[in-house]
Amino acid sequence: MNIVVCIKQVPDTTEIKINPVTGTLIRDGVPSIMNPDDKGGLELALRLKDSFGANVTVITMGPPQADDMLREALAMGADRAILLTDKRFAGADTLATSNALAGALRMLDYDIIITGRQAIDGDTAQVGPEMSEHLGLPHISYVAGLEYDGGKTLRVKKETEEGYMLLETGMPILLTVLASAFKPRYMSVRGIVEAYGREVEIWTADKIDVDESKLGLKGSPTKVFKAFAKGLKQAGEVYEVTPEEAVDLIVSKLKEKYIL
Amino acid sequence: MNFDLTKTEALFLQMIREFSDKEVAPLAAEIDEQERFPLETVEKMKGIGLFGIPIPVQYGGAGGTNLMYTMAVEELSRNCATTGVMLSAHTSLCVAPIYEHGTEEQKMKYLPKLCSGEWLGAFGLTEPNAGTDASAQQTTAVLDGEEWVLNGNKIFITNAGYAHVYIIFAMTDKSLGTKGISAFIVEKDTPGFSFGKKEKKLGIRGSATCELIFENCRIPKSNLLGKLGGGFGVAMKTLDGGRIGIAAQALGIAQGAMDETVKYTKERKQFGKSISAFQNTQFQMADLETKVQAARLLVRSAAFKKDAKVPYSADAAMAKLFAAETAMEVTTKAVQFHGGYGYTREYPVERMMRDAKITEIYEGTSEVQRMVIAGKLFK
Repeated sequence: MNIVVCIKQVPDTTEIKINPVTGTLIRDGVPSIMNPDDKGGLELALRLKDSFGANVTVITMGPPQADDMLREALAMGADRAILLTDKRFAGADTLATSNALAGALRMLDYDIIITGRQAIDGDTAQVGPEMSEHLGLPHISYVAGLEYDGGKTLRVKKETEEGYMLLETGMPILLTVLASAFKPRYMSVRGIVEAYGREVEIWTADKIDVDESKLGLKGSPTKVFKAFAKGLKQAGEVYEVTPEEAVDLIVSKLKEKYIL
Repeated sequence: MNFDLTKTEALFLQMIREFSDKEVAPLAAEIDEQERFPLETVEKMKGIGLFGIPIPVQYGGAGGTNLMYTMAVEELSRNCATTGVMLSAHTSLCVAPIYEHGTEEQKMKYLPKLCSGEWLGAFGLTEPNAGTDASAQQTTAVLDGEEWVLNGNKIFITNAGYAHVYIIFAMTDKSLGTKGISAFIVEKDTPGFSFGKKEKKLGIRGSATCELIFENCRIPKSNLLGKLGGGFGVAMKTLDGGRIGIAAQALGIAQGAMDETVKYTKERKQFGKSISAFQNTQFQMADLETKVQAARLLVRSAAFKKDAKVPYSADAAMAKLFAAETAMEVTTKAVQFHGGYGYTREYPVERMMRDAKITEIYEGTSEVQRMVIAGKLFK
């Protein structure tokens, strides 16, 4: 079985601050980490490898520094690492990103493609499902569990707002995974010692199968109008009234703001 | 000269920090309180291959460096000194002497299982009447046909009971003094080998510290480690390496106490401001931080020299002496900064202060370290 896991290097948003004047992220001194949902996805792939001997490839699109994250993935147990890096990829929104990754995936063998649900820096949750559209594959998002017995069918537990759906699917399939469902393993010491001696393949736009007009800034319909830090909300008003009075009060407030 | 960690070391540090914070820290107070050996942590450590960090892959190790190993002991000890010494005693005092002095057969027999963590290791040199004067060994080993017969007892043995492999020193010829001491590999469950009383200690209370008793304990002739009569040399060389491990443990304890104290003094308000805003706090903490950083450089420099295979005996002694005394000073002052709260078990600095003391005592007291350093100075 061949599994490709798409991972992204992101700033550790738990340590990030926003410049109140410019509204942009202050990235200086903020550590870069493997996106948590992606790390959960890699863990799922490695569990399948442990049980059924899968071949696990990790791939990322990013600047050359993303090499360190790929080494981390190798030290956790991935077999092959690919870095898509090229100035022509720069400025990509989710559509251009998914087109680039899909272009790379067309060059690879896969039974399962795994991505994280969403990245903690963008929180769009769009790239995984978009890739499945480009590749003409079915996808299951918000994967919170998976059962597999080595046969042709995966039993997938998908999280929804109301609860869970249990789905059966064949392969190939694209899954987007929740970090909370797959606690990632630690890198092994031997894996770490060997990681920087292993190959990370560098792929440019020439190496992948995609129309170049779909890449980078050109291929990105998203335009950022304005970025700003969320201001502090004013303290709310507190009323101590009976439930009946509360209904009237809420209705009158909503009318006051022309919501009703 | 370059003080930066390599990319490999930085990646290792990232992993071991996270492991220590997520897997080791939550148990630290509990195993201290219950005086319980953390077997569940041993299982997790096996999973990532922490039991053979500096040993080559051909013997089942991770193929890493002694520098990485000291980083592991430091990071584990930052949250739990018990876990730190468990790894240090195993690696420095059992795995290392088998790797450095063992025959190829001994290495192939013992190292893979020790490095995987299937077997833990321990070391028995100290006796009731042979402490700092380790040459006064009373345990004896007599060759009887194809077997050595051991008699005597060893005290204060770390990992005792949980370890499977013990490096044991015994007199093979009393008339030769230190040249009559030999080292042996003894496995748990060998008839005639039993465990005596478990010590109740001030600190590192989760660590198993027991007496070993040998009563006509027969081991194969092939379990002699190193040369006949070469045991004292094996012991001294092993302790040189062990001191780097204990220095790293002391450093970790000191760093843990620094972290706790920075956090607490920022949060704690008296006279309308954080106590970290008082110059008394700032100046004392600045001095302590400087000592901790100096200790780290000594520890890493000693480990670097061991990796480079150049003499490091005095470096290891300086690292241990300075790191241990720094740990004692930092933890004592950390309790003081925490005031009454610091004296209670609500805060970890009380445990850290109790744990720090042993680093000035075991694997050579601070006085022994001074003897080693002066010995090099005035040779």
